[in-house]
Amino acid sequence: MKNASFKQSRRDFLANSVAATGGLAIGMHIPSAVAQKTGVLEGAEVNIWVVVNPDESVVIRYARSEMGQGSMTSAPQLVAEELDVDWRKVRIEYADTNRHVRLKRAWGDMATVGSRTIRTSQDYLRKGGAAARMMLVSAAAQQWGVPPGECTAAGGVITHAASRRRTTYGKVAAAAAKLDPPKDIALKDPKDWKIAGKSLRRIDIPASVNGAQRYGVDTQLPGMVYAAITKSPVFGGKVKSFDDSRVKTRRGIIKVMTVEGDAVAVVADNWWRAKEALKDVQVDWDTGANGGVSSTSLLEFFKAGLAAPEAALLPNRKGDAEKAIAGASKVLEAEYFTPFLAHAPMEPLGATVHIQQGGRVDVWASTQSGEAMLAGVANVLGVPTDNVYFHKTQAGGGFGRRSFPDFARQAALIARSMPVGTPVKLLWSREEDMQQDNYRPLAMYRLKAGIDASGHVVAWTTRIASGSLAAQLLNLPLKNGVDGPATEGFAEFPYEVPNQRHEYIQRRTHVPIGFWRTVGWSQSPFAREGFIDELARAAGRDPYELRREMLKDEKRPLGVLDAAAKAAGWGRPLPKGVFRGIATTEPYGSFTAAVVELSVDGKGGVKLHRVVQAIDCGYAVNPDNIVAQIEGSSVWALTAAMWGEITVKDGRIEQGNFDTYRLLRMREMPKVEVVIAPTGGFWGGVGEPGQAPFIPAMTNAILAATGKPVRSLPLKNQGFTLV
Amino acid sequence: MIKLNINGRQREVDVEPEMPLLWVLRDVLDMKGTKFGCGIAQCGACTVHINGEPVRSCSFPVSAAEGQRVTTIEGISRNSNHPVQVAWVEHQVPQCGYCQSGQIMAAVALLRKKPNPTDADIDSAMTNICRCGTYARIRKAIHAAARTNRGAAKAAKA
Ligand code: FES
Ligand code: FES
Repeated sequence: MKNASFKQSRRDFLANSVAATGGLAIGMHIPSAVAQKTGVLEGAEVNIWVVVNPDESVVIRYARSEMGQGSMTSAPQLVAEELDVDWRKVRIEYADTNRHVRLKRAWGDMATVGSRTIRTSQDYLRKGGAAARMMLVSAAAQQWGVPPGECTAAGGVITHAASRRRTTYGKVAAAAAKLDPPKDIALKDPKDWKIAGKSLRRIDIPASVNGAQRYGVDTQLPGMVYAAITKSPVFGGKVKSFDDSRVKTRRGIIKVMTVEGDAVAVVADNWWRAKEALKDVQVDWDTGANGGVSSTSLLEFFKAGLAAPEAALLPNRKGDAEKAIAGASKVLEAEYFTPFLAHAPMEPLGATVHIQQGGRVDVWASTQSGEAMLAGVANVLGVPTDNVYFHKTQAGGGFGRRSFPDFARQAALIARSMPVGTPVKLLWSREEDMQQDNYRPLAMYRLKAGIDASGHVVAWTTRIASGSLAAQLLNLPLKNGVDGPATEGFAEFPYEVPNQRHEYIQRRTHVPIGFWRTVGWSQSPFAREGFIDELARAAGRDPYELRREMLKDEKRPLGVLDAAAKAAGWGRPLPKGVFRGIATTEPYGSFTAAVVELSVDGKGGVKLHRVVQAIDCGYAVNPDNIVAQIEGSSVWALTAAMWGEITVKDGRIEQGNFDTYRLLRMREMPKVEVVIAPTGGFWGGVGEPGQAPFIPAMTNAILAATGKPVRSLPLKNQGFTLV
Repeated sequence: MIKLNINGRQREVDVEPEMPLLWVLRDVLDMKGTKFGCGIAQCGACTVHINGEPVRSCSFPVSAAEGQRVTTIEGISRNSNHPVQVAWVEHQVPQCGYCQSGQIMAAVALLRKKPNPTDADIDSAMTNICRCGTYARIRKAIHAAARTNRGAAKAAKA
């Protein structure tokens, strides 16, 4: 907070400006205890998003996390656009989490999930930038004694043309900071954008090429000790006892302890010593009731869900599907399966906690939610959130795993067991990460449809059996028994079918489940779009044309489908043995479609020749970053399609490291062409949507090549390899 | 005491000989550019050079590094101006960036051996994992860095 000047008179303006700019906390009052006197008052905080320094450099605050998705650059692009500042003079810093909580969440939502950073904050980010610009212009106008409306701003310079006077943001910032924030804020038409909408280079990349980037696990403090941990391998199990006699006297070992009753940690003066010792601590686990669960027993449980007489009905029911199926000239039925999956972000999980005399707690970790971290640590230590200072770092991938503070809670408890003032860094091994994840839920789908004599799909029923993230992870009540994430792709079924009924049945597992990049949209399109191709085949229709017919009133899904098909040259002849597949999806406010071209050899070797991905995300704030996200999403999806599975035996996870949880490598990377087809007028996400159509486009191409539908993932279990 | 030569500097560390070089770098010497990803020589996030050869430091005992030249990401250039680093920024390769120290170390070693690598050379030398999926850009950046090197070589001859 070095750059911020906090003056008594500013506090209400900050509050008002938040209310005015985002409508986030109307009527919020910031208590006077919040005012922070900082040593150096270099800059003036015009509002919570913008600090202007006398040297004309500008600090733009970024409130979410950066884990590779690029929004630490693209979100400030929106602020800078409206601020009319010279981008080369912009520095970006994280909004302070502690102050955020004290200011009653002044910066809005910090959670970096659901491809939301742009689409749910664009309005208040742009207004934050525009309000700051208006205040800077007003301050200049006041000094000159002219109406603000006669002044213009560009590149950090304010001009009054009539009197040929000009000044700069740096010169008027202190005065601007004292003004009331404007009430009516007009935003630019995106077609006039000069900073937003451009492929500006990501601000965090230079530090990623020379080793300077600091991730959570890179934290090092004087006097710090290191902890390695192992939690009950059977979820829900407890520590009965442990024997540390073999390691106690080893070099560097400080202590061995139980954490939260379900984990054992070794604390040492070096992490390697701690984790080596942990291997030799004998833990007696009370595995509880779940020691007998296996992938086979889980499969039975999910199948029973598909067959159960009753399930929760989704509200989009139309017509009478049973009757229409009974009268159809062709009826198709299929069951699709998608496994549990682990996130495995490249940076293993970890957190550093420093509890000081006097009660201040500092936490460093890579996270997707600074607020959740702060609250989690405060909660487990039983201290007020005001005492907890969370230091956000770049995250080495997140993909949904880092939204929850489980590892920071463990680190806090270990730190509390140490002499006050001892910083503790807890680092998980890769095996711990793999075996103590919140996994993408296992899901099964039973689909049934009827086709009439002229090849139209007249009826469709869906039964989804899956875990409920709302109920099981977030402890929220299910509305009419329906889980949102699990029914993505079916809840707003875009295809026109006169008779349709979609159902959901919850399957609660002892395996913990979590949000995994692209969530329900990472799995339901495999079933939905796969079945569309099965229907097309049964009806003797082209799968692209059948989709077009069923989407004829859905402008955007149809538009993106056409964009992908056109870029891929759908319908043009392919070399012998090469086949195409297509799929379309509507995830996270965006619309994505993919075409995959592949061949399959006699031994099940799949060779990808070409991947075309199209996205309509409304407005494209940083096009090159969108391309990068879709390239990355394609890798993510292909990895899951080929090899991704987490299996259970004796209640525990069978996979442990990258030798048993295979990830895609360079030699397997297909060529991915990305078509950005933004139609404007809305704001869609970009971090996840690219994954959604990939797998079904690929499996549909396999169907075209082999004549056999793929209904279960991963492909390695169906006799396929990637060549 | 184990004597090490890291990025041209002499360092002495008092650790077990079997401690992997990775943990000596990270925890003992506070050199955090070299990353931990798996600990079992699978991912390459911990790649450093021993006498110019890429090595996975998580599975390389520190005693074996004695008397050898160790180079880490911090040591490949003074101002991020190694052609590989320049190409990495030019092509906006990193996403989260966590694997990229290792990717860059692998790429630098590849280009030293094969100044004009083919795609097949890249496929066989670049076995590091990137969970964010930056492979396409890594490939482009390696070709770009190779072009820069060729340009520099030509200029030197002329
Ligand atoms: S950490 Fe060394 S190869 Fe993964
Ligand atoms: S850039 Fe994130 S793992 Fe490679």
